[in-house]
Amino acid sequence: MAELTYRDAVARGIAQEMERDERVVFLGEDVAKAGGVFKATVGLYEKFGPLRVRDTPISEQAILGAAMGAAMTGLRPIAEIMFADFAAVCFDYIANEFPKLRYMTNGQLGCPLVVRTGNGGGARFGAQHSQSIENWTMMIPGLKVVAPSTPLDVVGLMAAAVRDDNPVIFHEHKSLYAMKGEVPDGEIVDSLGTAKIVRPGKDATVLALAMMVPRAVQAAETLAAEHGIDCEVVDVRSLVPLDTQTILSSVVKTGRLFTVEENPRLCGWGAEIASIVADEVFWDLDGPIVRITTPHIPLPAADHLEDLAIPNAARIVERVLRVMNG
Amino acid sequence: MKRKNDDISTADRLELYRLQVEIRDCEKRAYDLFLQNLVKGTSHLSLGQEGIAAGVAMAMQPGDLSFCTYRGHAHTLARGVSMEKVLGELMQRDNGLMRGKGGSMHLTSVEHGVMGSYAIIGAHLPIACGAAWRAQYLGQKDVSVCFFGDGTTNIGAFHEALNFAVIWKLPVIFVCENNLYMEYTPISDVTAVPNPAGDRAAAYGLERIVIDGNDADVVYRTMQAAFARARAGEGPSLVECLTYRHSGHSRADPAKYRPKGELEEWLKRDPVKIYRARLAEFGIAEADIAEIEQESKRKVEVATAACKAAPIAPVEILTTDVYADGGWAWRN
Repeated sequence: MAELTYRDAVARGIAQEMERDERVVFLGEDVAKAGGVFKATVGLYEKFGPLRVRDTPISEQAILGAAMGAAMTGLRPIAEIMFADFAAVCFDYIANEFPKLRYMTNGQLGCPLVVRTGNGGGARFGAQHSQSIENWTMMIPGLKVVAPSTPLDVVGLMAAAVRDDNPVIFHEHKSLYAMKGEVPDGEIVDSLGTAKIVRPGKDATVLALAMMVPRAVQAAETLAAEHGIDCEVVDVRSLVPLDTQTILSSVVKTGRLFTVEENPRLCGWGAEIASIVADEVFWDLDGPIVRITTPHIPLPAADHLEDLAIPNAARIVERVLRVMNG
Repeated sequence: MKRKNDDISTADRLELYRLQVEIRDCEKRAYDLFLQNLVKGTSHLSLGQEGIAAGVAMAMQPGDLSFCTYRGHAHTLARGVSMEKVLGELMQRDNGLMRGKGGSMHLTSVEHGVMGSYAIIGAHLPIACGAAWRAQYLGQKDVSVCFFGDGTTNIGAFHEALNFAVIWKLPVIFVCENNLYMEYTPISDVTAVPNPAGDRAAAYGLERIVIDGNDADVVYRTMQAAFARARAGEGPSLVECLTYRHSGHSRADPAKYRPKGELEEWLKRDPVKIYRARLAEFGIAEADIAEIEQESKRKVEVATAACKAAPIAPVEILTTDVYADGGWAWRN
């Protein structure tokens, strides 16, 4: 057992898979000799050498296109898109190429690759380096989409993503890179498509993803200690596949659903879950489904404004209280 | 006076002619089938551009990979995919290459090295780089060939891919089919340089190669040299082939934007016509030439009949192969 940061866990997860499988290669901007702008891939170049860990030009289309060509002919590439916002300049691959290949070719070709990307806000980077784009990727048939919230989940889900035969978008949260957590020694392999109950409770279900998970847990502790409301916090972890069984059974147990989403409001991931819950367990609900999201605005750079925009524990507490005591 | 055989053997010449004739006949049949409403959607024909498909394919070895565009019927046929598989896909039949799930713009036959036809301009240049990177990384000797049109040279992915291929010294060959029109607009109206690919080569430290794409021999020779470089680890090549499409951009396009007489001029330089004269020039018997032509016509008829008789695919395939488990489940 060792205490690792979330950023160290990224390198640990990649290293574990590169050691296991020579077909795993890694490419991106400043990822090799510099160890990544977030220092999440430090040591990989030294350990695996310049043929397997490769610096690229600032060419996001070339990065994702090359990863795809390598994946469809036998390698298992991991590609980094430094800031998730940059997915917009290579979205063709994410939207049109990776996820359609298998279907259009009637199963002749597949695209087993992982795109890691620094997602989310909180770092005062402004509107083009702070977005939460998990909902952009959730809406495309053919992709898998995960967003871990702890160092342990980073390692395990990275392994699962690399071993999966589908294109996986792996959203790392930039503001969690410094977070520390216990990670057992030895090989760790998690599974995609599994949510995790991180705080059991009986009064309300709070769904959260990535940086929203620690904030939801913090809110739940406050609600329990100060207001006697016992929230069950579920870390959704995987948007595609979506673990609806865990989510629906939690909602059936508590009768209440809150989603805590960092993505801007319209078409955020919680909207899809709200619709599933309304369709399938409506009569088990004791009150309205409430989505707590970033408002439908670009993110500002100034810290006091950004902090107002992104859901935090106080806002979660306030919204839960308003509905539960309403 | 008849010329003696040169660096290209008689057998190779007959094969180059066969490829061009069969592509021509199959594309013409595809057009006829549109008119009968047996081919739906859109389709982009290579009529007039057959010399490139034939010349490149002849230089390829088994195992080499082709990355095509939506104008990809010719390159697919040139790698040995049957007319029935191609026409079946155009006709949405169960005997098509992808059983109707891909359509005209996405022809793929992995067993023939046809690694897909890509319909987003420029997307497949980086993808071909990736396939070449795999070959380089694993020490495999195959070369990836990426076909694209003149219009592609103005999109970012073209430039990203060229730079990438050069810095990583990848075994990839970029083949630009310059048919003078991007879609409806002359490429010269929208491009900073006269030769859209060739004149950009220097920016990436590559040799400027601009050739007559309507002469299959020229294409074949040029490509042999490019393959030799790629296989020797000397990196990528960019080849601009000048050509002309006899039809419009797609099914919907009657090509009225062409100046009067332009098509007629290019029809004089029809690659199939040029090559037929070439065969005669080298003393190849008329009977051998005619046999190829008759056999091609027969193949088209057999393929058409098979496709007309073929069933449509079962509806169950609507949701297959979205994910690697064969299905489409996004939730438990």
